Amino acid sequence: MHLRRLIRLLCVLPLGCATAALAQTPAAPTVSAGDNAWMLTSAALVLMMTGPGLALFYGGLVRRKNVLATMMQSFAMMCIITVLWALVSYSLAFGTGNAFIGGLHNAFMHGVSLAPDPDYAPTIPAQTYMIYQLMFAIITPALITGAFAERMKFSAMCLFLTLWAIVVYSPMAHMVWGKGGFLNASLGGKIPCLDFAGGTVVHVTSGVSALVCALYLGKRVGYPKEPSPPHSVVLSFIGACLLWVGWFGFNAGSAVNASGLATSAFVNTHFATAAAAIGWAVAEWIRNGKPSALGAISGAVAGLVAITPASGFVQPMSALFIGLVAGVGCFLMVTVVKGIFGYDDSLDAFGVHGAGGTIGAILTGVFATSVINPVYGAGKPTGWIEGNGRQVLNQLAGVAIAWVLSIVGTLILLKLVDMVIGLRVTREDEIEGLDVTQHGEEGYDFGS
Amino acid sequence: MQKIEAVIQPSKLDAVKDALLEAGIEGMTILEARGHGRQKGHTEFYRGREYTVDLLPKIKIEMVVRDEMADKAIQAILSTARTGKIGDGKIFVSKIDDAIRIRNDERGPSAL
Repeated sequence: MHLRRLIRLLCVLPLGCATAALAQTPAAPTVSAGDNAWMLTSAALVLMMTGPGLALFYGGLVRRKNVLATMMQSFAMMCIITVLWALVSYSLAFGTGNAFIGGLHNAFMHGVSLAPDPDYAPTIPAQTYMIYQLMFAIITPALITGAFAERMKFSAMCLFLTLWAIVVYSPMAHMVWGKGGFLNASLGGKIPCLDFAGGTVVHVTSGVSALVCALYLGKRVGYPKEPSPPHSVVLSFIGACLLWVGWFGFNAGSAVNASGLATSAFVNTHFATAAAAIGWAVAEWIRNGKPSALGAISGAVAGLVAITPASGFVQPMSALFIGLVAGVGCFLMVTVVKGIFGYDDSLDAFGVHGAGGTIGAILTGVFATSVINPVYGAGKPTGWIEGNGRQVLNQLAGVAIAWVLSIVGTLILLKLVDMVIGLRVTREDEIEGLDVTQHGEEGYDFGS
Repeated sequence: MQKIEAVIQPSKLDAVKDALLEAGIEGMTILEARGHGRQKGHTEFYRGREYTVDLLPKIKIEMVVRDEMADKAIQAILSTARTGKIGDGKIFVSKIDDAIRIRNDERGPSAL
C-alpha cells in the first residue's frame, strides 16, 4: 500500500517541477509537440512509400527473374540518398544560396540543429524538417527506376541516380521550396508556383527523366513482341496500398504542422485517389471489357500523383475532379499514347508520374483557393477559380522548367555514366535475369 | 507392366485420385504442368497490353501398373475426369521394361 502511494507520488513530482520551471523561463520560439509528432510520423510514412511501398509495387510488375534487382534499386536509394543528403544535398536543396541552388553552408548538417528554422518550419526542430525532406529526396530517384527496369546495371544506376539527385533534384527542390527559390510561392520567388507537396519537384522531374532514360537505354530484349506480364500483381497491390497510406505523410505532412491545413491535404489526397482509381477502372471497363486490379491500383497512384501539388490548396470537391481527370488521363497515356510512340517505359513512370504530375500541376493553378490556403495573403485570389488566371501560366512555367531541367540534366548524366561504366547489362545477362547476374540471388526458391 | 500418363484438368485431381485408390492403385506421381490440345487460351490485359495465354494449367498423373490393372486404372480416370467439354485431357499408355524398388532392390511387377 505504502509502496504504491510512493510510486504515484514520484510520478507526479517531476510534472510539478516542470510546471514550476515553465512558469519561470521567459517565452521562446517553442517547438510544438503536436506538430513535431505529426511531422516525424509523416517522415516515417513517406519512407514507407519507398520501402516497401514502391519496392513492392515495382517488384510485382517485373518478371520473376528481376524481382530482387527491382526492389534493390529502391532500397539502394534509401541508403545512398540518405548519406548524400547528410553530407551535401540537403544544403544544396534547402541551404541559403541563390534563386536556383542552395549553398554549402549546411553541408555535413552544419547549422541544422534541434532549434526550428523560422523560414521553413517555425514549430518543429530543423532536423525534423530535414529528415522529412530527405524522404522526398529518396523516393524521387527511386521512381525513375521504373523506366529502365529489367535492363540497367546496378552500378550504373547507383552512380547515375546519385548524380541526378545533385544535378536535377536539388536545384528543383530549391527553386520550389528553398529560401529565395525562383518558383517559391511562399518565400518570395519571382514566378510563384503552387506545389504543395512536390508535383513538379518529385513527379514531373522523375517522370520526365524516366522518359529520357527509357528512350536513351532503348527497349528491353523482346519488347514489344515478347510478352512480359507482371509476375505478381499481388505484390503490386500491396505496394500500391502502402503508397496510398504513406502518401498521407507525403501530402498532409507538407503542411509542416498538425493544423487544419494538414487536414485539408489529408482529405484531398484521399478523395482524389478514390476518384482516380474509379476513373481508370471505368475507362478500362469500357475499353477492354473488364476492370482489372492492376488498372484500379494504377489509377489510384495516378490520383495520388496528381493531387500532390494541389493537396493543400484546393477544396475537397476539386480534389475529386482532379483525381477523376488524372485517372482517365493517365489511363489513356499508358494504354493509347505509349503504344503510338512505342517507347519502353517498363513500369509507366512517365505515363503515371510525368503525365499525372503535369496534369496535377496545371489543375492546381485552376482550383487553388485562398479559402483553403491563403498563400498570397488572406483573401487574395490564388487560383483561376478565384480570379487569378495568371496562376495557371505560372504553373506552366514551373512545369516547363521541370521538364527542361530534367531532360537536359538526365541526358548529360546518362551520357557521362554510359561513357564511364556503361548503362545497360549485356543481352545475355538481361535474358538470364538481373537477380542472378547483378546480385547473385534468386527472389523465390519454393523448392527448398 | 504398363505406364499410364493422364493429362487432366486440375479441378479433377481429387476425384481422379480417389477413384484410383478405390480401384486398388496406390502408387502414382502427380506433376503440375501447362499445355493445351485443341482448347483455346484466353487473353489477359496488363496496363493496356494484351497477352494471349495459351499454356493452360494442367495436372499430369503418372503411374506404372501391372498389366491386369491397366484397364481398371483407365476406367477410373475416364469416369471421373470426363466433363464432355474440350479440355478434358488425354491418357497415354506405354509398355514399361522394368520396375525396381529402391528400398530392397525388388524387381518386376512385384516392385509395383
